[in-house]
Amino acid sequence: MEYFIQQLINGLTLGSIYGLVAIGYTMVYGIIGMINFAHGDIFMLGGFAALIVFLLATSFFAGIPVALLLLLMLLVGMLMTGLWNWTIERIAYRPLRGSFRLAPLITAIGMSIFLSNFIQVTQGPRNKPIPPLVTDTYHFGAITVSLKQILIVVITSILLFAFWYIVNKTPLGRAQRATEQDRKMAALLGVDVDKTISITFIMGAALAAVAGAMYLMYYGVASFNDGFIPGVKAFTAAVLGGIGSLPGAVLGGLLIGLIESLWSAYFSIAYKDVATFAILAFVLIFKPTGILGRPEVEKV
Amino acid sequence: MATVSETVPNNVMAKAIKEGIFAGVIAFLMFSLFVGIETYQDINNQLVWRTRWGLLAVFVAVAAVGRFMTVAFIKPHLDRRKLAKAKAGILEISEEKSFFHRHFLKFALVFLLIYPFLSLLIVGKQGSLKYVDNFGIQILIYVMLAWGLNIVVGLAGLLDLGYVAFYAVGAYSYALLSSYFGFSFWLLLPMSGILAALWGVILGFPVLRLRGDYLAIVTLAFGEIIRLVLINWTDVTKGTFGISGIAKASFFGIWSFDTGSPNNFVKAWGLSASSVYYKIFLFYIILALCMLTAYVTIRLRRMPIGRAWEALREDEIACRSLGINTVTTKLTAFATGAMFGGFAGSFFATRQGFVSPESFVFLESAVILAIVVLGGMGSLTGIAIAAVIMVGGTEILREMSFLKIIFGPDFTPELYRMLLFGLAMIIVMLFKPRGFVGSREPTAFLKERKAISGSFTKEGHG
Amino acid sequence: MATDMTTMTKDTILRVEHLSMRFGGLMAIDDFSFEAKRGEITALIGPNGAGKTTVFNCITGFYKPTMGMLTLHRSNGREFLLERLRDFEINKVAGVARTFQNIRLFSGLTVLENLLVAQHNVLMKASGYTILGLLGLPTYKNAAKAAIEKAEYWLDKADLTDRADDPAGDLSYGAQRRLEIARAMCTGPELLCLDEPAAGLNPKESLTLNALLRGIRDEGTSLLLIEHDMSVVMEISDHVVVLEYGQKISDGTPDHVKNDPRVIAAYLGVEDDEVEEIEEKLDKGIIEEGSV
Repeated sequence: MEYFIQQLINGLTLGSIYGLVAIGYTMVYGIIGMINFAHGDIFMLGGFAALIVFLLATSFFAGIPVALLLLLMLLVGMLMTGLWNWTIERIAYRPLRGSFRLAPLITAIGMSIFLSNFIQVTQGPRNKPIPPLVTDTYHFGAITVSLKQILIVVITSILLFAFWYIVNKTPLGRAQRATEQDRKMAALLGVDVDKTISITFIMGAALAAVAGAMYLMYYGVASFNDGFIPGVKAFTAAVLGGIGSLPGAVLGGLLIGLIESLWSAYFSIAYKDVATFAILAFVLIFKPTGILGRPEVEKV
Repeated sequence: MATVSETVPNNVMAKAIKEGIFAGVIAFLMFSLFVGIETYQDINNQLVWRTRWGLLAVFVAVAAVGRFMTVAFIKPHLDRRKLAKAKAGILEISEEKSFFHRHFLKFALVFLLIYPFLSLLIVGKQGSLKYVDNFGIQILIYVMLAWGLNIVVGLAGLLDLGYVAFYAVGAYSYALLSSYFGFSFWLLLPMSGILAALWGVILGFPVLRLRGDYLAIVTLAFGEIIRLVLINWTDVTKGTFGISGIAKASFFGIWSFDTGSPNNFVKAWGLSASSVYYKIFLFYIILALCMLTAYVTIRLRRMPIGRAWEALREDEIACRSLGINTVTTKLTAFATGAMFGGFAGSFFATRQGFVSPESFVFLESAVILAIVVLGGMGSLTGIAIAAVIMVGGTEILREMSFLKIIFGPDFTPELYRMLLFGLAMIIVMLFKPRGFVGSREPTAFLKERKAISGSFTKEGHG
Repeated sequence: MATDMTTMTKDTILRVEHLSMRFGGLMAIDDFSFEAKRGEITALIGPNGAGKTTVFNCITGFYKPTMGMLTLHRSNGREFLLERLRDFEINKVAGVARTFQNIRLFSGLTVLENLLVAQHNVLMKASGYTILGLLGLPTYKNAAKAAIEKAEYWLDKADLTDRADDPAGDLSYGAQRRLEIARAMCTGPELLCLDEPAAGLNPKESLTLNALLRGIRDEGTSLLLIEHDMSVVMEISDHVVVLEYGQKISDGTPDHVKNDPRVIAAYLGVEDDEVEEIEEKLDKGIIEEGSV
């Protein structure tokens, strides 16, 4: 039982990270109907931004409080990836909006290849380890909860709440939902569609950056090809939850995290990704709209 | 400056300067951390950093000047040209074709047939290895894969992001069956294709009900599952170590290319020992396989099944209303595409003599799909051109060692291969969203065959 | 089921019995029955939202009805329960073809290719499910030739011969409608279902369409059509069924229906709040005053 709970906690932590990245996928898909393949690499970029901020901060201000350092890593990472995603949308995606469906997908795949190779070229192909930031652990009987796990879950929860508030309670969120429903009509009713889409990309990137920073903190290492597998898993999470649905993305993320940690614990660690992908295929085949997705009605 | 403002109106100039500065600022912020700071491990394996202000300045300058030039000169120039064209009333597609253009395919085929000998003649045996193998065979493998995927994506409009799985099935079928049972290449080549097609049906059957992006993501998942199984099923596949020492293809069972063999091709013909003959032989095999793929694709397009594929891409609901079984139609497309992937896979295994899961990552699927879309979905010529440019272009980069003189001895051009590949994908899509050849050749005609503009063709929903 | 068959007259092609269709809580079609006779043009009319297209989608296999039986009698004596067939079998096996309210052509294929795709099943068989055709056997070549001839026949009928080699997406709206009908006819149906064939056509195009539809009927194909344009309905139909709120309110010859008080009430309305709706429709020219 303790072992099970332990795995549950580990899965929840990992799932929070996936959930944050999944929101970016789901939002972009919801608003412009495009699989933003480069989103996983934005997540990786966020991790690298946090890594570099960590190095700079610790060498300029030795003995900087950990909380401040963490805040700095998150904030700079969010700004940095927000700026990147804004530029990417502006340069590479916007001109293709409304064109041939595969063109944006190919551009996004191209962007993903570009981003990971850009980091490989500028920062080198080796794994980048950092010393552990937060080391405290708490013991409850046989169960160990580390402070970083608590941090990850808490930060994720705060962000999700803030995010939920923005989407549901602010004019910006209303503009986003309107654009998602019907872009042309939204534009006719005075919504600045371009701006709304840009902001969506920035918001998605900011969440991915937080996820990237926390991934770095959790595993203590960053690599240029960190974007792909977590990216695909986060996308899987978004699809599992029902693409286009924000609560679905979070739920999907948590499920993927749980499946992964429980499968590794009870079956085989080697096949954990196989399990994730197999479940994805299974869910899609039997419930193609995901858990919380709206059913797609085939219009005749 | 004074001379410039004569041709460029002042407001444009002001706008250009403003936008140039803006681009510079954005670039500075974007690249400040990733380019301005370099992280590396010191001798104690500690992660440390140093600055690269010079490089950062170059990035910022390129962005600022590039933006300035675009707004001030390139865009007005393009607008003027478009306007002039519109005034003159010239259509974008001109009907007149040059002699070369009309006979392009014949020229290309003749060139390919004599290509190995041409390279022998020009650069000799040792030099030819590179040209026949790295360029010729490498590009042709991608041409074949892209043509195979074209059946699925270009004709039937089914977005498959896991095509590499079938390539892997073909390669491992050959590798395993030849190492365990000693079957020959000529037996295993068709067998790999059939096995891959079988896998196409097995994987296709449950997923083909799905539409569009869902199909894409499930095929991606299947591609990854196959790769992960290859990695983890170490008893059979030897995991990440891969399978080495895979048998070479023989000259149709008559001569062998194994150096120790008594009926060695080189000895039998009294040639001096060189691996170039084997490479040339392989070149012709893959060329023949490509031709087979093209022939089958062209024939199938004119058959009811091929037309049904294209109709499926255009409108699935209408297909059903016309009595077309969309499930079997999709399955045949999937299986046919998979079969060619399997052929290419077994060829790949015999050419490399080694297979490992490394070769079948998602990136490969992405590259193949990119070639199909960049070439223009459905167009065999366009796809071949895209393969030459994208694969050949990145291969050329390996050869550019002279760049070391410019960028210093640490410069390794290979490192930039995929960076440029990704960039090229983005740029081509931005300028030619429908690929190099956007028009479609009709499969039947009453009076005259007219190419159909890409603006009419759809790209499928599932 | 068997008892019904014996009472059925021979010239019925489609018999719809107790058809009901429920979408969630909404009963779109409620216990609807009618018959379409062979060799006739049967029109299904009714105000907006009456459920006409739903009936159509049930007949052509796009919806599975909640309840009811849809029997199709082929001229060779075979009978099919449409609700039990798979979507593509409705056309392939039962010989029911349809068109769509918002035209669904293969816009990137040429007009001729559209007509060839429609002959898929015949050609598939002739090509030995592709394998024999790939080998270039004469059976397929002959079949392909025959297919083109059939396409030419319908191109001529639909007045599209000049545009045969142009992409379908390039045609004018009226021509696209005719092409869609020609394409459906190329499948060799016994029953052709048309979903608002005259929608969006100008009067001249409307006349050509009427001639085309009559020609199709005279060649022996039965027609079932949904239509808003009363002039088309009254002019060409042999039999009219009126649907309102998912229920049949009238059934008979055009003259009978025209004078049926329930139909007049349905279109002109009897209650105050409905009068406005009718006036709106009159303004849009959906209903012609003289026709009701």
